[in-house]
Amino acid sequence: MPEAKKDIIHQLQKDILLWQGFTPPSAAMAKGIGLGPIESAFPNGVFPTGAIHEMVCPTPEQAAATGGLVAGLLGVLMQQGGACLWISTSRRLFPPSLVAFNVAPDRVIFIDVQREKDVLWAMEEALKCEGLAAVIAEVRDISFAQSRRLQLAVESSRVTGFLLRNDPRKAGATTCVARWQVTPLPSNLDDELPGVGHPRWQVDLLRVRNGNPGSWKLEWTDSGFMPIEEKEKEQQISLGERRKAG
Amino acid sequence: MMNKRFVSLWFRHLTTDRLTLRQPELKDVPVVFVAPVRNRVVVTGANFLAEAQGITVGMAAADAKAIVPDLKVMDDVPGMEAKLLKALGEWCIRYSPHIAVDLPDGLLLDITGCAHLWGGEPGYLKEIVTRLRSKGYDVRGAIADTVGAAWAIARFGRTKPIIEPGGQANALLSLPPASLRLEPLILERLQKLGFYKISSFIGLNRSALRRRFGDGFLMRLNQALGNEDEPLQLLQPIEPYSERLPCLEPIRTATGIEIAIQTLLEKLCKRLAGEGKGVRIAILKGYRVDGQIIETSIGTNRATHQAGHLFKLFELKISSLEPALGIELFTLDAPKVEDVEVEQEVLWSPESCDLSNNSLAELLDRLANKVGAGNIRRYLPQEHYWPERSIKPAISLKEKPATAWRTGRARPSMLLNRPERIEVTALIPDYPPMLFIYRNKVHQVKKADGPERIEREWWLDEGEHRDYYQVEDENGRRYWLFRSGHYSGDQSKQWFIHGFFA
Repeated sequence: MPEAKKDIIHQLQKDILLWQGFTPPSAAMAKGIGLGPIESAFPNGVFPTGAIHEMVCPTPEQAAATGGLVAGLLGVLMQQGGACLWISTSRRLFPPSLVAFNVAPDRVIFIDVQREKDVLWAMEEALKCEGLAAVIAEVRDISFAQSRRLQLAVESSRVTGFLLRNDPRKAGATTCVARWQVTPLPSNLDDELPGVGHPRWQVDLLRVRNGNPGSWKLEWTDSGFMPIEEKEKEQQISLGERRKAG
Repeated sequence: MMNKRFVSLWFRHLTTDRLTLRQPELKDVPVVFVAPVRNRVVVTGANFLAEAQGITVGMAAADAKAIVPDLKVMDDVPGMEAKLLKALGEWCIRYSPHIAVDLPDGLLLDITGCAHLWGGEPGYLKEIVTRLRSKGYDVRGAIADTVGAAWAIARFGRTKPIIEPGGQANALLSLPPASLRLEPLILERLQKLGFYKISSFIGLNRSALRRRFGDGFLMRLNQALGNEDEPLQLLQPIEPYSERLPCLEPIRTATGIEIAIQTLLEKLCKRLAGEGKGVRIAILKGYRVDGQIIETSIGTNRATHQAGHLFKLFELKISSLEPALGIELFTLDAPKVEDVEVEQEVLWSPESCDLSNNSLAELLDRLANKVGAGNIRRYLPQEHYWPERSIKPAISLKEKPATAWRTGRARPSMLLNRPERIEVTALIPDYPPMLFIYRNKVHQVKKADGPERIEREWWLDEGEHRDYYQVEDENGRRYWLFRSGHYSGDQSKQWFIHGFFA
């Protein structure tokens, strides 16, 4: 009987997710976006595309790290073709850096607006345009009503949006599907080589709608995102095996 | 081919009428404008009262003052007539799109195919003349098949102002030779020979006329009779793609303007679609009742003849149009059109949305019209190592990178627009600094890569080279620092931060 109840509850949860607009993973996204264990924090265990993600990045260092994470995600989102819009009032992103994250910088269109409210206007217009790979906007603040408008826009177009917010003090409630915070971590090079290694970040999911917030460590390597614990475990295993073999 | 018809308007007291409009108190005073001509001060314009007392244009100012002691004498402003006529001509565009200024005191309108809109030529001419007279300009007008005949009838005609098609030769017979717009020297000669009317020489042998009076004389005669074409110097060169919408009632509401724009766009786009062309720039003008012209323009990233899309672009601008008392006439011009690429219509698939996508171009048009086209950029690689010059803005959506993006060296995610000075402690030449202070914060450098020397491109600008280091501090934050020039003992002004790595 408890088993049956569990099944029913599980089924009900799935139904609720469906009603809330979380579709079960489609074939295209079946292999995930490459975030590894972080994806399990989201409903259905899938990184939600066609939704708005909120990234908190108060310092330029964090903004750079967030830019790296977003660029890594863009690399996957833009695989099927499509362009990407980057809207901001004071843009500092250096396009050539995107190459390292498998994004062709010439497929990113930058829109530099004068006023803060134009950012949100431009983002809403862009999110209505079906088939864009993603829209990224750098904003200082966003109200609940404004985020609701963006949410309505993506619900019909299924475009993924990223809001990069540089003023976390005002972070009130929004309709965004998740709130992220990315902080740089010291990099690591094998065998104590001198120099700077692959970028490493501490990725915190502060808030996930219908999911489980958490904290992960992530590294960007040539083959994409790599969760750090796993990698170290792998190393330990291989070391152990080597020892056994030796 | 359609029979041409022209209106000639003659402003008899152009400059003085203008003066009276400006200073109504001069209405009952004889006024003349004078200007120095070859050491003589000559009357260049006289109002009705002055003329009634015997003052004519061309008379010496001193003589004029002797005839009328209480004459008000004003200095002529050079270029005044041309300016006034241009303004009046622009006002007249509501009657015909083809207007030419006829210096020094007239306007010429090509009204071919226009008059029926005002219920025929008598009503048309009456409308123009009464409207101009009600504004305060003493004007006479005439309609004829040729510019020359209309000009002559407007100035010298005594009976009827409208010459029926083909009737210009008869109408000219009783007029003096001056009505043919001849030079003063020829007029004098004709006078001497006793040719007081056109009828007295129109039947003469052409070769004899040419021998005595020259080619210019014959040309004017032929132009008046319609044997020779006379091109007009149009005030407004005709835009090849232009639509007009006169309104019966002045339009004052946003809805009205919307309807007008839609109507104009439909007409324009129909024509463009037929010719396989699309709009890149379109200008909407509204001629207001108070004589002002309001205008707004849109631009597109790709040539298009989608009326719906163009309307959306104009829709953003409607709020900036002030109809005031109402708009009588809308015109829509497309000064820049380009060929539209004919595309096979495909069923919508999200995967196919690339830079060449129509909906993306339309989105960018909407954004460009709000934030300005210069604020939308896309970057292509450029063959320069100098970081600021390693990218260049793309000209169009279609432009492809000419060279590959460089992948060899790590580049920061964020680049400061201008490198910022930092304080460092660097003990060994060509080694990264041990610590640096940026914005009053001390960063201990734990790991570093470099130096990567980037030489200044001396053929583009002058200065020191830069030695770049990628450094990581104790908290794992990664920066891009450089030293400008070679290592030296005093490092206070050498080190800069230029970016942040992911």
